[in-house]
Amino acid sequence: MTPSPRDETDVRDAIRDALAAETPLAIRGHGSKAGLGRAAAPAQILSLAALSGVTLYEPEELVLTARAGTPLREIVALLDAHRQQLAFEPMDHALLLGGARDDATIGGVVAVNASGPRRIKAGAARDHLLGFRCVTGRGEIVKSGGRVMKNVTGYDLSKLVAGSYGTLAVLTETTFKVLPQAETEQTLLLSGLGEEKGLAALRKASGSPYEVSSLAFDPRENIAALRLEGPEISVVKRRDDLVALLAPLGAAAQTLEAESSRAFWMRLRDGEPVAAGEGVVWRISLAPSDGFTFVESLRRNGAPLLAHVYDWAGGLVWLRLEAAPDAHAGAIRAVVDRLGGHATLIRADEATRATVDVFHPQPAALAALTRRVKDAFDPLHILERGRMRADF
Amino acid sequence: MPLTMPLPEPAILSRRDEIVARLREILPPAHVIADETARRAYECDALAMYRALPLVVALPETVAEVSAIMALAAELNVKIVPRGAGTSLSGGALPLEDGILLGMAKFNRILEVDFENRCARVQPGVQNLAITRAVEHAGFYYAPDPSSQIACTIGGNVGENAGGVHCLKYGLTTNNILGLEIVLMGGEVLRLGGKHLDSEMYDLLGLMTGSEGLLGVVTEVTVRLLQKPLTARGLLLPFPSVEAGARCVGAIIARGIIPGGLEMMDQATIGAVESFQPCGYPLNAGAIVIVELDGTPAEVDHLVAVVEGIARAEGAMETRVSQSEAERLRFWAGRKNAFPAVSCIGPDYLCMDGTIPRRRLPDVLTRMDRLAKACGLRVANVFHAGDGNLHPLILYDASKDGDIERAEQLGADILRLCVEVGGVLTGEHGVGVEKRDLMGEMFDETDLSQQQRVKCAFDPQHRLNPGKVFPTLHRCAELGAMHVQSGKLPFPNLPRF
Repeated sequence: MTPSPRDETDVRDAIRDALAAETPLAIRGHGSKAGLGRAAAPAQILSLAALSGVTLYEPEELVLTARAGTPLREIVALLDAHRQQLAFEPMDHALLLGGARDDATIGGVVAVNASGPRRIKAGAARDHLLGFRCVTGRGEIVKSGGRVMKNVTGYDLSKLVAGSYGTLAVLTETTFKVLPQAETEQTLLLSGLGEEKGLAALRKASGSPYEVSSLAFDPRENIAALRLEGPEISVVKRRDDLVALLAPLGAAAQTLEAESSRAFWMRLRDGEPVAAGEGVVWRISLAPSDGFTFVESLRRNGAPLLAHVYDWAGGLVWLRLEAAPDAHAGAIRAVVDRLGGHATLIRADEATRATVDVFHPQPAALAALTRRVKDAFDPLHILERGRMRADF
Repeated sequence: MPLTMPLPEPAILSRRDEIVARLREILPPAHVIADETARRAYECDALAMYRALPLVVALPETVAEVSAIMALAAELNVKIVPRGAGTSLSGGALPLEDGILLGMAKFNRILEVDFENRCARVQPGVQNLAITRAVEHAGFYYAPDPSSQIACTIGGNVGENAGGVHCLKYGLTTNNILGLEIVLMGGEVLRLGGKHLDSEMYDLLGLMTGSEGLLGVVTEVTVRLLQKPLTARGLLLPFPSVEAGARCVGAIIARGIIPGGLEMMDQATIGAVESFQPCGYPLNAGAIVIVELDGTPAEVDHLVAVVEGIARAEGAMETRVSQSEAERLRFWAGRKNAFPAVSCIGPDYLCMDGTIPRRRLPDVLTRMDRLAKACGLRVANVFHAGDGNLHPLILYDASKDGDIERAEQLGADILRLCVEVGGVLTGEHGVGVEKRDLMGEMFDETDLSQQQRVKCAFDPQHRLNPGKVFPTLHRCAELGAMHVQSGKLPFPNLPRF
């Protein structure tokens, strides 16, 4: 039977039951991210779907608290009504992993630290999590952080639980910093530059004072895209200044107005350029100036690249490659290790995700510390056993 | 609130000569300070009311030396207190009489500036402001700007998760660093992050930031660099009362504007500032709000007009808008001098540091005033109004009997009040030893035990900066146990470590 806790005490009881029986638990909201991470042995599902609802929203304080199972779309709609937003623009995994669109919960967003193209300016999900309540793998209710913008009281455990895939604790309530929506946005598209020059243009723009909030290059259309957000008067001026700054490159410039601009970045956010078709999908984070070098090295080594796109001014590379028993992990990680960075396998069949390291392998001392941190929260490895690493 | 530190261990004190000798095998002799007079220079940080003479001071210059010192400390079971410039206001770098003070001042080089990737790799002993100085020729800067930025080091900033007036818009240290190199107790050297964003697995980089030197010693920091805004303009907005000023702050943010800086001072502070170094603040104002708007000139002009309109609607006595860089700096001069200015209106002051939900400001100030009157002390207020971070300055006279105790008591009562209204004990100065015994106001025993278990994962013997942050030192073995409920231990199968 799937336990479906309705409150924090129920969650605690479910975990205590699991501890007593030594039954591993898999934590689910709506299951939109069930395909992320290692494919682990079957476990009892702990569903947080019933633990739903916004419990505090003070627009003038820029703060919102919601139970972990609250649908993201509910939160977004509420913020929309007050012209506010989760500025890290959480990605939707449905295009890549299947399932219904707009079906994430806020707990899942935190668990995988899902951020979008604006991450380079606004920060990641973990940067916006002010505090949380949870039940640890020891069956204890714990709170950390708070609901105010500036807080250095005790360790910043918000950073630790964000991106931990439910392996440390089951979140029950999350408190976020929210921000005003920009008055408007536009996207400057530069076409015909080619990958290397296009990416150099993005880096030049990201080092300019024009506050470009997202920078991507899509090789399918040979387009460099630069997003500008703010008051109309400022957006228009900054776009003109950017055009002047980048004019020497000789690219053809075009502007996407607000609605098309939003749609463009939403498609990129959700991995659309690499989602369609067969093959394994990787997400690589590296220094922006290494993005092109990385893809070139893969090409030179003969990797069967099917599609790729660059976000974060070249610092984030999405790749789709033909399927292979090791999902090309060896080839990809050899290059990433040389350059410095992180490669995560996002989409592959279960057999592959059970045998290949989905997350980037860590040096021995760091792996040992990571394991001790896991043990500090969940010594019996009851929560999401095997989801991040084979040994816990 | 009498402050007690762990009693020095006689066994360690008696082995002082051996420890000094072993350190001299690792470091050049001049980098091991054993002489008592020289050690005096290190006996406190900027919270000077607490002092302790360190057992010995070690001044390493390389990562290998730090690693060797940590391994030695683990071998000899000696405690270590890391320290940068010693500007901590909460006693985070207070030495221990039976501990090695690890001074990181020789780690003072900027290793690499990478404009293309908008980052710099620096050693922890580099001063905060020195980073901006090294990159400003190319139009860049490092955003977090604690008031002590001319003196404090980036390693200390990481330890305390430092902020400043820019952090409302540009974030704290944690939002502005990309990578760290750290040395654990035992001497292992680890790299967290790098020039890329968001490594998967646990965010130990985020956890290290603000951990007050309890988890590891920082030996290198990769910081993000930002391009300087094209322009910045200031607004000086006097209001008849703090309430009106607070309403204006709320209205600016409700309009969707996040200023580069948003600060407020009360009447007591305005008076102190004007008699210390006059900068034209109106003395009849109950509060002054300073707003800084930055960005492109077109955007800033637009926002200045909007904010002026909001200020008038909220009852500003006048609106002054800076017409030059010199005038903008003049608006800030008083705010930047507020702390030294307040020290001129009373012999001593205690600077508190709590954060509250912004809209509770008028209520909290009224109740703070009542608390101060009840114990016969005065309080002057400066706040980072945009994010609700208060700095009540409690004026007292150390030469008067009982004044220090009264001031400390009032400080604790003010912080309890911050927590009661939904805020926190410290917004930027850290818990250190100063607020250590108040942690129970915000966290229950289970919350604190979980935090200490995290400490145990890094430092199971509690050798690194013990006695700070946590009111009770638990042995890690104890923390491995479960709470007994209804007379029985619920999960006998849990390992005890």
